[in-house]
Amino acid sequence: MKWEAVIGLEVHAQLATESKIFSSTPTRYGAEPNTQAGRIDLGYPGVLPVLNRKAVELAVRFGLAIGATIGRQSVFARKNYFYPDLPKGYQISQYDRPIVTGGGLEVVLQDGSVKPVGITRAHLEEDAGKSVHDLFPDATGIDLNRAGTPLLEIVSEPDLRSAEEAVAYLKCLHTLVRYLEICDGNMQEGSFRCDANVSVRPHGQRELATRTEIKNLNSFRFVEQAIAFEIERQTEVHEDGGTIIQETRLYDPNRRETRPLRTKEDAHDYRYFPDPDLLPLVLDEPWIQTIASSLPELPRAKRDRFMASYGLSAYDATVLTQSRALADYFETGMRARTLDPKILANWVMGEVLAGLNRDHLEIEAAPVSADELAGLLARIVDGTLSGKMAKEVFEAMWGGGGTADAVIDQKGLRQLSDTGALESVIDAVIAAHPEQWAEYCAGRDKLLGFFVGQVMQATRGQASPQLLNALIEKKRRPES
Amino acid sequence: MKPGVHALLEVARNHPGRVARYYRERIDAFNDRLNAFITVLDPPPRAEAPKADPGVLAGLPIAHKDIFVTRDVRTTCGSRMLEGFVPPYDATVVERLADAGCVLLGKTNMDEFAMGSSNETSYFGPVRNPWDLERVPGGSSGGSAAAVAAGLVPVATGTDTGGSIRQPAALCGVTGLKPTYGRVSRYGMIAFASSLDQAGILARSAEDAAWVLRAMAGHDGRDSTSADRPVPDYVAQLAEGIRGLRIGILEDCFDTGLDPEVGARIRDALRVMERLGARLCEIRLPHLALSVPAYYVLAPAECSSNLARYDGVRFGHRAEGVQDLATLYRRSRSEGFGTEVKRRILIGTYVLSHGYYDAYYLQAQRVRRLIREDFIQALSTVDLLAGPTTPTPAFRLGEKTEDPLTMYLNDIYTIGVNLAGLPALSIPAGFVRGLPIGLHLIGGDFNEGLMLAAAQAFQGATEWHTLAPPGFEASGP
Repeated sequence: MKWEAVIGLEVHAQLATESKIFSSTPTRYGAEPNTQAGRIDLGYPGVLPVLNRKAVELAVRFGLAIGATIGRQSVFARKNYFYPDLPKGYQISQYDRPIVTGGGLEVVLQDGSVKPVGITRAHLEEDAGKSVHDLFPDATGIDLNRAGTPLLEIVSEPDLRSAEEAVAYLKCLHTLVRYLEICDGNMQEGSFRCDANVSVRPHGQRELATRTEIKNLNSFRFVEQAIAFEIERQTEVHEDGGTIIQETRLYDPNRRETRPLRTKEDAHDYRYFPDPDLLPLVLDEPWIQTIASSLPELPRAKRDRFMASYGLSAYDATVLTQSRALADYFETGMRARTLDPKILANWVMGEVLAGLNRDHLEIEAAPVSADELAGLLARIVDGTLSGKMAKEVFEAMWGGGGTADAVIDQKGLRQLSDTGALESVIDAVIAAHPEQWAEYCAGRDKLLGFFVGQVMQATRGQASPQLLNALIEKKRRPES
Repeated sequence: MKPGVHALLEVARNHPGRVARYYRERIDAFNDRLNAFITVLDPPPRAEAPKADPGVLAGLPIAHKDIFVTRDVRTTCGSRMLEGFVPPYDATVVERLADAGCVLLGKTNMDEFAMGSSNETSYFGPVRNPWDLERVPGGSSGGSAAAVAAGLVPVATGTDTGGSIRQPAALCGVTGLKPTYGRVSRYGMIAFASSLDQAGILARSAEDAAWVLRAMAGHDGRDSTSADRPVPDYVAQLAEGIRGLRIGILEDCFDTGLDPEVGARIRDALRVMERLGARLCEIRLPHLALSVPAYYVLAPAECSSNLARYDGVRFGHRAEGVQDLATLYRRSRSEGFGTEVKRRILIGTYVLSHGYYDAYYLQAQRVRRLIREDFIQALSTVDLLAGPTTPTPAFRLGEKTEDPLTMYLNDIYTIGVNLAGLPALSIPAGFVRGLPIGLHLIGGDFNEGLMLAAAQAFQGATEWHTLAPPGFEASGP
């Protein structure tokens, strides 16, 4: 039998606010435990929550960017359960009336095709604290710095059909929240967390099969591995005639497997009800319009524009628009000099991204600025440098060597474009290889490469290839 | 007769410290008999540098119900759970009254977490009614009501979730005001049922209540449910009187369950109002009878969630010698909470549970809406509604503790007002078998001024509010 996986993702994006969602405590990451937890975050007797306007604005930005319905009246609800890192014994969240409903993303898959993925909802909620189990031998530590940090929980429709699609969707969402500047997207610090709902059904069946929920997926790689494992596991269970139990499973990256955490039977009854400390959140139209008019160009639109105005391929445009900063880098380069967009794209996607990757840098910290890169490429265009030489210059620039022109001067790297000097080298090469020359003159065109290579060797690569081709050809057919 | 706030402020101005000392001495002399205070404080020494703006209530002694958090002063909420809890912050009400110049003399006894109608659920023992020490003062603000009735403080704060200011005010023979929901900040007031809780005042008279309300009311950015609208000058409004006001008599309250003598005294009181120029008519509220059942779904639901934070992890009572988390929760909460609180947490947890939510919680919310609509409809034809505050005068200690339902019915006339969010007050309206009873007045949203003016006019024509319980007579500072 053929099987089909059905996957939906729940993403918790930490909203980039200065302070917590219901108090004025700062949200800075990495502070000493329990130093960023005020009496409201600690749930002291008598304290009350006051909603952070900025968190609402960021949620609305997201909703508008995915074409969702913005709840003109949304409601905060209490999700009740006991846990030591949940100070009030309930989490303030949204339940049946979230701030964002519907909308979707157009996800570009590996093969370049576009897959629409629906968003069920996105709601505002506060984060819990953190239980630290490995710090003290006989006790669990509680760090409440994170308690009350604003989160946007983004729930996708079960539209994804493979681990690769799930990751592509997740990357697309990751790009979007950073474009919108609503979340820093830092997965190591837990600013962008993902749970996956996975089920497997016979191909062609319409009803959804029993699903499991996988928690603790804090990198794209783990998301892909965990989902792939879970699909395989469930498929095997089905093929063996077994039944999938609805349960929560934890991904263990060391053993590369998921294992049961809790079953539906021990699932909490959260006893949701509207939080009486907070009035329904009513959004007025002018404010929503103000937010709408402040939205940046979104990834999809930017990608389309890169294809249309620069003539780039879908793949190139997707890569270059994966972050606003990278796209800005490319466009700064295009504005600096008159360049073939394809050449600049190749350099940005090739040398620049490779360098960033190697040195673990973000594009904002690239040692070669977009202007400097454009300056380098201009030296290829005007024939000063060959492609090969340009790479050498680029490496020097990356290492702090200054502008392209400075490096060229310093290293004496200039293409030989003096026709007379080149001609004498060509003559010497022909003299040394009379047989090959005869064959070439007889029409064996392939040998051009051989002669170019010989001359390049003799000039230590400084000959301009275009000029060289022309000169050799001229020698073969002097009359033309 | 004990002097009112206005006169006390005069004395305090001319003789700094004298008023506070006078009341502090009365607390020392009488509190053992009443158990009205959980914590008694010494007034600050007179050497304190005089402030540039001493405040409109400068030197006025006050007691806060022990539900309001007070910085560096133990705040128990009448519970073992918070027996040793010393908050690092003040409630907004505490802060505003301190800014106005009030002198805090202590924290008053109360039913545990404000859950009770007799003050018998307090971990710190029951409060006694100064009119009969074998009887309850009512609750949950029983300590504040008894303290004001016995002249241990001129005014005290209270909170009212289902009648917790008005019922003890009636049973102790004092004036008790529950403002409109949102009129006074809830910040720093330990939550019982957030959508119903409202801070208010227990005082000798409507005039005294007006003085205090003016200082404590107003918008607070720390409470999202507090109303952002100006605070009128309630003291100035007192002069508006009662003439021409239309008062609807809540006939439903006179039907069954009402002590006939209480009913007779209330009819007498209403005739006084008529004589003073009010126009009376009869009003019936079709859904009022559903108040108690709706309340005992909604209030416990909210309380079950509000009290989840008392888990022994961060503050409050923590069971000793515990090895695992589940036991820590179970034992800390079992030891820290009393029976009535546990009962309500269980009811609340039940009505919010999966499969029961619609039948109980949602249904009760619908009923709540209907009750409010009844009131709003009635208040579109009259200015005030009136009736008895309680069905009977104060009952004996222990009389109803075994039967929660009978106890709950004590708030039958007051609970609807909380569900509707309206302002209401109880004023002394006579005696039945030697015990005070209260007349209940209910106003429209934010119409405290009108209500207080009517009460002031009534008190100008009657002496019930000026009488002191035998043995607690006072000459004043």
